[in-house]
Parts: sequence; structure tokens; C-alpha cells
Amino acid sequence: MESLLNRYRNITVLLLVIFAQLVLLAVQVKNDRDVRLMRVWAVTAVTPVARAAEMLRSGSFALVRNYILLRDANDENRKLQEELGRLKLENNFLKNELNTADRAKALSVFQAHTPSKTLAANVIGTSAGPDSKLVFVDRGSVAGVERGMAVVTPDGIVGKIVAAYPTASEVLLITDPDFAAGVIGQTSQARGTLKGDGTPVCKVDYVTAEEKVKAGEWFYTSGDDRIFPRGFPVGVVQSVRRAQPFQEILLEPSGLQHGLDDVLILIEGVHQAIPENAVAGGPVYIAPPAPGSQPADEQANSQTNNSGTEADKLHARYKAIGQAEGHTFGEGVPGSKPPDFNIKLPTGGAAAPAGAGNQPPTAGQPPRQPASSPPAAAAPATPPVSTPAPTAKSNQAPAQSPPARGGSGEDAAKRSNSGTAPAAAAPSRQPPPPLNSPGTPTAPSAPLKPKSQPPDEL
Amino acid sequence: MTYSGGRVLLGSQGESQASRFRIWVMISIGLAAILFQVYVPLFFPILSFLEMPLLVVVYFAFMRRSQIVGLTVGALMGLAQDSLSKKPLGMFGISKTLVGYFAASVGVRLDVDHPVIRFLLAMAFYFFHYFFYWMMSRALLNQQVAFELQRTSVLALLNAMVGVALFHFLDRFRQAA
Repeated sequence: MESLLNRYRNITVLLLVIFAQLVLLAVQVKNDRDVRLMRVWAVTAVTPVARAAEMLRSGSFALVRNYILLRDANDENRKLQEELGRLKLENNFLKNELNTADRAKALSVFQAHTPSKTLAANVIGTSAGPDSKLVFVDRGSVAGVERGMAVVTPDGIVGKIVAAYPTASEVLLITDPDFAAGVIGQTSQARGTLKGDGTPVCKVDYVTAEEKVKAGEWFYTSGDDRIFPRGFPVGVVQSVRRAQPFQEILLEPSGLQHGLDDVLILIEGVHQAIPENAVAGGPVYIAPPAPGSQPADEQANSQTNNSGTEADKLHARYKAIGQAEGHTFGEGVPGSKPPDFNIKLPTGGAAAPAGAGNQPPTAGQPPRQPASSPPAAAAPATPPVSTPAPTAKSNQAPAQSPPARGGSGEDAAKRSNSGTAPAAAAPSRQPPPPLNSPGTPTAPSAPLKPKSQPPDEL
Repeated sequence: MTYSGGRVLLGSQGESQASRFRIWVMISIGLAAILFQVYVPLFFPILSFLEMPLLVVVYFAFMRRSQIVGLTVGALMGLAQDSLSKKPLGMFGISKTLVGYFAASVGVRLDVDHPVIRFLLAMAFYFFHYFFYWMMSRALLNQQVAFELQRTSVLALLNAMVGVALFHFLDRFRQAA
């Protein structure tokens, strides 16, 4: 019996196990009742592990999700940084463009109001010499440039032409040791010779110790050298040292303060009055007018201002249309009747076509001026409203001007035909009154033509 | 893993070497198989076709080459699976008990270390398991369930493929006798 059991042990165990499960199954099916105890055991055994697995899974998923999110945030941060850098570059570029436009506008305004005949030029290079202060401009003899002509900016004198090539010219800057020009103090009326020093400052020589020159005083060209017309700003005195027989005066040139991009070459210089008031030394920047601060007559002037862009002209035209129809832009509910933009406005007003705006401003109605323009000597007799208006000295008449210098229409037309001057260079520009009153330094009675051999030293 | 040459049938009883497993390894693997069956399809429904407890029962029956061990493992795994399902206790239990028993019987005669043998046997036992389960459902529970031969065949194939990889992995846990 025992051997029989051993022999069939496996099948016996199988049958027993199967039988037991069949009984279990039968009990459940017959009684329709679950054996809960076994399920409780199974669930109790499985659920803790399942919970741990779930925690592990959720933790892993959260870790991966956070990692991905963090990586996305990192990517986004990198993209934003790149965009920020690009926008900064773009901003700098636009600022430079705006600055260039402002400078060009200031130059054109200055060119329109100076009685001298000028030629706009761009600085295109510098000299290769380490010590010399020379630059090249993109106007040469083909454009009418000759050796000995003065080079200025609205801020002050820059230098003089020392060599004129067909397509370019070489300008000796006022900081070059070989440069010299006659200057006169604004308040002390001290005459001297401006000399370059090879440094950013210049010195004024041959001012006797008796002259009362103080730091901060402006110096202007005296016109004695027959290169620079009288009345162009030169710079402000930085320091004065009393010595015998001449004072040692260091002067900070104003024409080079804001860099050299655009300059004006004086084809025919005209003497001007030296302003009486102090000069603001700020950069040339044409700030927009404060809202509501623009007088009505200036508004009218600005409507005819042709130195603005097409957008400015369009803006002025729409403003005039709104005024003519009593319409205020920005008001009114949606759907209300808009103003008629096709009406004809009175000639000469803002409704003038864009082409009409190309007429240069008259001396009495100048375009908008730089907020802190340099010396008003460059301005006409009637200074612009927004300019800190230094008036001509009462005891000093404007420089003597030759009859053929800008007063006649023929000469004005000739001036406007220089081709390089902006449209704002006014043919109707009025020359300043003659500078022949008593007390006025001697001024040349003839137009300042460049000499064939300009003196390096006075 | 060692294959016994190109032979499929073992010559004698002594030629078959029973593998030993630590008890905690067996319990852990069984529990993991049950957990996989009840937990993984929650998040990856596509893996619900896998019958991990069956594959584990087949593997232990093969390796232990003991019918008693095979049927015991099958009974326990089946009952545990029943406990966590809606079915009456014993349906999976009886099926897996039989699978464990017969798998151990086959393991004594065949070289179950060979991957092809493993693949074929895994497929056959899957088919047998579900056929027996279907039969019991009809006979004992009086459930009119259709036997989907094609679907079951495909599932048997897939489970056999996974089973071969699983058996190869579980071989790492066995100890030489």
C-alpha cells in the first residue's frame, strides 16, 4: 500500500489539490457566497506592494515630468535670452539710426540757416599716421571742394581741407598740431590763435596777459585767417594759466565733441555775428515738442515744415483736415462719421501736397531747431522758437557780407544747385546784415574764398 | 544557460538537473507576476494580453522538474489570481494546477533549457490553460463563453515570445543543484 502511494504520489497530490479546489468552487457556486477570507489574504498581501509600486511609479513619472518641464523651461529661457539679445541689438541699431537721422536733420537745419554756402559730406576714413589728426570726407574737387576750405558742424569748426582729390578730400582736424585758426573770445573779445595739440584739447596762443579770459568762456572764429568765417563756434575754455607774455589757454573744441560722421564744407563762407549769450554745450538733438507747448503759429509753421518725413507731412495734413472739419481724432464712438480726407485745404496750409512741402523754410519761419543747438551765430537773425535764442550783440552788427553772397536770387539758386545740400538749404535764405558797425573786428569785405595755399600757421 | 546539445529529449531521469531557487526569490517572482497582472494594465492596457502568472508557473515547473512543486506553485498562483478577480476561487487555481503539473512532467522529459522548446511549450501551455479555463467556465459555471481560437492562438504566440525572454531573465536567479 505504501509503495503504491509512493508510486502514485504525484498524481494523488494533484487529484487532492484539484478536488479541494473543486469543492471550494462548488461551495461558492452552490451557496452563491464568496470565500472572503482568501480574498482578504490576497488583497492584504498584494496591496502594500502595489502601493509602493504606485508611489515609485508616480514619483518616477513626476521626476521625469519635472525634468522635461525643467528642460523645456531651460530651452524657453535660452530662446528668450536669444530673443532679448536680438532685440537689444535691434534696439541699439534703431537708436543709432535715430541718432544718425537726428544728426542729419540737425545738419540740414544748420545748413539751411547758415548764410554760408555749404556742402554736406560724410567722414569716410582717417589718416594712417599715428600722430596726425586727419580724416577723409567723401566730397572732392568734382563736387567743388578746394584746398583751404573750412569744415564745420553745427557744434563748431572741425578743420580745414588740406588736400582735395576728385572724389574725396583730406581734412586737417583742429586738434592736429599743424592746425591754426584765428579765434576771438565771446566775452573778453580776446583775440588769439587756435592751435592743435595732438590731444583732444586745443590751445589758444598769443593772448596777452592783460586779456581777461576765464574758464568756461566760448571762443569763436574771428575771421582773421580768411579760412573760417567769423562767428563759428570753436570751443569752450577749459583752463587758463597766466603767464608772460602770453596766457596758456586750453580749449575744448566743440565741433569734435559728438564724434565725426557728417560735416559741412564751407564752399563760400559768410561772416556772422558772435552771439552775446552763453552757449549750451549739449549734444545736437532735435527733441519732439512738448505736448501742448507748441504755439499756434509754430504749429502752422510746422505744418509747412518740409524737413520732416512723409509721415510728418501726412500727419500734418490730417491734423489740418481735422481742424478744418472740427474733428478731433481719437474721439467719437465707433461707427461715427469720419472726417472727409478728400477735401481741399487752403494752399500753403498743412493740406498742401507732399511735393509742396519740399520748399525750403524761410528765414522767418525756420524748421524745428535742435533743443540745444550750438551757437546761434549759425542761426539767422530771427532765431527759431525752440532754440535758446542768443541774439546778435547790439553793439556788433552781423558780419559784412558781400553782395553776391546769398542775397541775390541768382546766388541762392546757385547755392541750391550744389546738389549735395539737403532740400532744406533755402534758396530764400537771407544773409545777415553787414558787419560794419563800430567796435566790430575787422571782417573781410569780400567773400571768403579758399586760398590756394592756406597757411598752416597764422 | 547551458543547452544539452541538439537533443530535445532527455535520455534518463538523471540527465535532467533540477534547478533550485531560494524561497524568497520564488515568492518575490510570484508576487511580482501577480502585481504585474493587476497593476500594469491599469497604465498600459496594451500589456493586458500578458499572462505573467501562467508564465511564472510554467517556468518554475520546468526548472524544478517536480510535479508536486509545479502543481503547488500553480495552485497558489491560480488562487491568488482568483482572489484578485471577480471569478469564483478555483477557476484559475485548477487550470494552473494542471498546467504546473503537466509542465513539470514535460520538464522531466524534455530539455526545457532550449529556447525553442521553451517557446513551443509556453505557447502550448497557454493554449491548454485557456482551453481548460473555457471548458470549466462552461461546465462548472454554466457560462456560455465562446472559445476564440484565432485570438487565443495569437495571444499564445505573443505570450510565448515574452515567455522566452522572461525565462531567460529568470534563469539568473536559479542556483545549481
